[in-house]
Amino acid sequence: MEADFILQELMPALNRGLLKTLLLILPSASIGLCVGVLVGTARVYGHPLLKKLGDGYAGLFRGTPLVIQLFVLYFGLPNLGIYLEPYNAAVLGFILCTGAYQSEYVRGALLSIRRGQLLATQALGFSTLQAMIWIMVPQALRRALPGCGNEIIYLIKYSSLAYIITFIELTGEGKILATRYFRFTEVFLAIGFYYLVMVTLADFGLKKLEKRLYIPGFGKG
Amino acid sequence: MTSVETRPVLRVERICKKLGGKQILNEVSFELRKGELKVLIGPSGGGKSTLLQCINFLIPPDSGRIWLKDQEIHIHRKRDLYAYRQKVGMIFQDFNLFDHLNALENVAIALRKVKKMAKREALERALQELNRVGIGDKAALYPAQLSGGQKQRVSIARALAMDPEVMLLDEPTSALDPELIGEVLTVIRNLAQDGMTMILATHQIGFIRGLADEILFMQEGQIIEQGIPLDLLTAGKSSRTQSFCSKLHELSGEQEL
Amino acid sequence: MLETVQVIKDSFPYLLEGAGVTAIAVVGAMLFGFVIGIQIAVAQVYGAAWLRRAVGLYVWFFRGVPILVLLFLFYFGLFSFLGINLSALASVVLVLGMTSGAYQSQIYRGAIQSLPTGQLKAARALGMSDSRAILSIILPQALRLSLPGFSNEYSILLKDSALAFVLGTSEIMARTHFVASRTYQHLPLYLMAALLYYLLTWLGVKGLRYLEEKVRIPGYSYHQG
Repeated sequence: MEADFILQELMPALNRGLLKTLLLILPSASIGLCVGVLVGTARVYGHPLLKKLGDGYAGLFRGTPLVIQLFVLYFGLPNLGIYLEPYNAAVLGFILCTGAYQSEYVRGALLSIRRGQLLATQALGFSTLQAMIWIMVPQALRRALPGCGNEIIYLIKYSSLAYIITFIELTGEGKILATRYFRFTEVFLAIGFYYLVMVTLADFGLKKLEKRLYIPGFGKG
Repeated sequence: MTSVETRPVLRVERICKKLGGKQILNEVSFELRKGELKVLIGPSGGGKSTLLQCINFLIPPDSGRIWLKDQEIHIHRKRDLYAYRQKVGMIFQDFNLFDHLNALENVAIALRKVKKMAKREALERALQELNRVGIGDKAALYPAQLSGGQKQRVSIARALAMDPEVMLLDEPTSALDPELIGEVLTVIRNLAQDGMTMILATHQIGFIRGLADEILFMQEGQIIEQGIPLDLLTAGKSSRTQSFCSKLHELSGEQEL
Repeated sequence: MLETVQVIKDSFPYLLEGAGVTAIAVVGAMLFGFVIGIQIAVAQVYGAAWLRRAVGLYVWFFRGVPILVLLFLFYFGLFSFLGINLSALASVVLVLGMTSGAYQSQIYRGAIQSLPTGQLKAARALGMSDSRAILSIILPQALRLSLPGFSNEYSILLKDSALAFVLGTSEIMARTHFVASRTYQHLPLYLMAALLYYLLTWLGVKGLRYLEEKVRIPGYSYHQG
C-alpha cells in the first residue's frame, strides 16, 4: 500500500468518518445511560404500571436486532408520515436500544443492594427521591459499572450500523473508498484499527474509573 | 436515672398491624417521657421489631395514633413524615450502614442532604458524633473494614447527629459476636445517663436491670405486663417477665454487665 | 390497511423460509464459536505465556472490531485475498463464529477459573494426564456453569445475524428488505421481522434452559463457592 494512498485518500476519509462516528457515540452513550438509570430505577421502585411499561420496553428492545429498530425508525416511520433525518434516526435508535440494555444492568444492581439501606434512609428522614439520588443510585452505578461500561463499548462498535441507514460515518466512508479503489482488505483493516483504538481507549478509561471509584469490600456478596 | 418531666415526648395509642393475615400488633399503647428509657422484651415474633418500625412508619400501622410532643403524626403528609423521622433516631439490628460511604460520610450524609447543612459543618459535626461513640479514629474506614460493634456505633452516631428527640433501638446487639456486645452497650448506657429518651428492644436482661425506667413485656402483639425492673425481675415474683428472663438466663449464661 | 394485510399474508411463508436460513447461520456460528472458544479458554488458563499472549490478541481483535467491518473485511477482502471462494452464508457463519469464539472463550475461562484448584490436583493425584483431567474433570464442570452465558451468547448472535443481509444472504432481514422495497409496506414488514426475531430468541433461550435443567447436578452452581 503506497504512502500516497494512505496519506491523501485513506486517512482524510477515515478521519472525517471518525468525527461523524464520535458525533453518534457521545450523545447516544450519555443520553442512553441516563435513560437506562431512569428506566432501571423505575423498574425496581416505580409504580406497578410503570414497572410493567419499563419491563416491556426493555424486553422489546433487547429481544430484537438493532438493525431492525433502525429500519423501523428510518424506513418504517414514513409509512405513518414521520420522516427522520438519518442522523436523528440513528441517534434515536441507539439511545433507545442502549437505554434498554443499561436499564437491565441498573436494575440488577439496585436489586442487589440490601433492602435495609433503604429502611435506614427512611428512618433518617430522607424523601424517596433523596434516597434514590444519594444512597441507592450511587451504589447501583458502582455495581453496574462493569456492565454499563461494556454496553458503551458495544455501542461504539454498533454505531457502524448508522451507515446502513445512509448516515456516512467511519464504516460508510471506508466502504465508499474500498469500493472505489477495490481495496477491501487494506481499507477494512484500517477501519478495524480505528475501532480497536476507540474500544481500547474506552476500556482503559473505564478501568481507570472503576479503580477511582473503588471502595474497600464493596460489591462482594 | 434522670428526672422525668410529666409531658410525654412520644405517645403511641392503640397501634394495630396485620401482616400476611396474622395480627402482629394488637392495640399497643404506651408513652415515653423525656429522659426515660423503656425496654421492650419478650419472645421473638412477639411484635417488638414491628412495633418499633411502626412508630416511625417504616411499616405503616393499619390503625392507631402517634404523637411526638403535642403534634399528631399523619403519614400521608409526606413533608411532615420526613420531618418527624428526622426527630426519631432508629438503630437497626443489622446496622444498615451505607456501603459506599466511609464512617464519617455515613454520619454526615443525612446532615448534608436532608438537613441541608454545609459540607464542612456537617463533617465537623459527624466527627464529633463519632468521637462521642469512641471511634473518631475510624472515620475514614468503609463499612466492610469495620467490626460489627464498630458498625453499630457508627449507626448510633448517625442517628445522634440528627439531634433526635427519641431513639428507637431494635435489638442493637443481637447481630454481634459476644465479645463485641459490651462496647455497644457502653455507648447506650452513656446515652441513657446523658438523658436521651429511648425505647430499646433487647434480650440483654442484666444490662437493663439497673438502667430501665420501665419494662414492657410483649407477647403475641400485645404488652401483657409492664412495670419497673425491680417489680418484674426480682426472683420469686411470679411475673411472666421473670420466668421468661430466667429461661433466657439459663440458655445464654449471660453475664451481668 | 387491506393491502397491508395482503402483503403480510403473501410474504409470510417467504420470511419464514428466511428464518430457516437465519437459524442455520446462528447454529453454525455457535458451534464454530464453541470449538474456538473452548480452545482459547483452555489456552488462556493453562497455556504457556506466548500462547496466552497470542490468543489474547485474537480475543482483543474480534471483540474490538464491529461485526459489519469484519463481514466486509473477510468477505470482500481476506477470503478472496487468500484465494478462498466462499458463499455469503458460509462467510457469515465463519465470521460470526470467529467473533462468537472470542466472546465464548471469556465465558468458559471464567467458569474454569471459578473451579476450586483442588479439582485438578485430585485428578492428577489419580494419575490423569493434564489433558485427560481437563477433558474429563474440568470441562464437564465448567460447561455446566457456562450454560447461562451460552444462552445469552445465543441471543446476541441471533441479533447479529441480521447483519448478514449486507452480504446478500437471504435470511429474515434481507428478505424483509426485499419485500419492503417493492411493496412500500416498510413499517408492518419490519415489525413482523422483529416479531420473528423475538420468537426465535424466546425459542432458543427456552431450549437452552431445558438443556440446563437436563444436565443439572443437584446443588451445583456458581454461587455455592
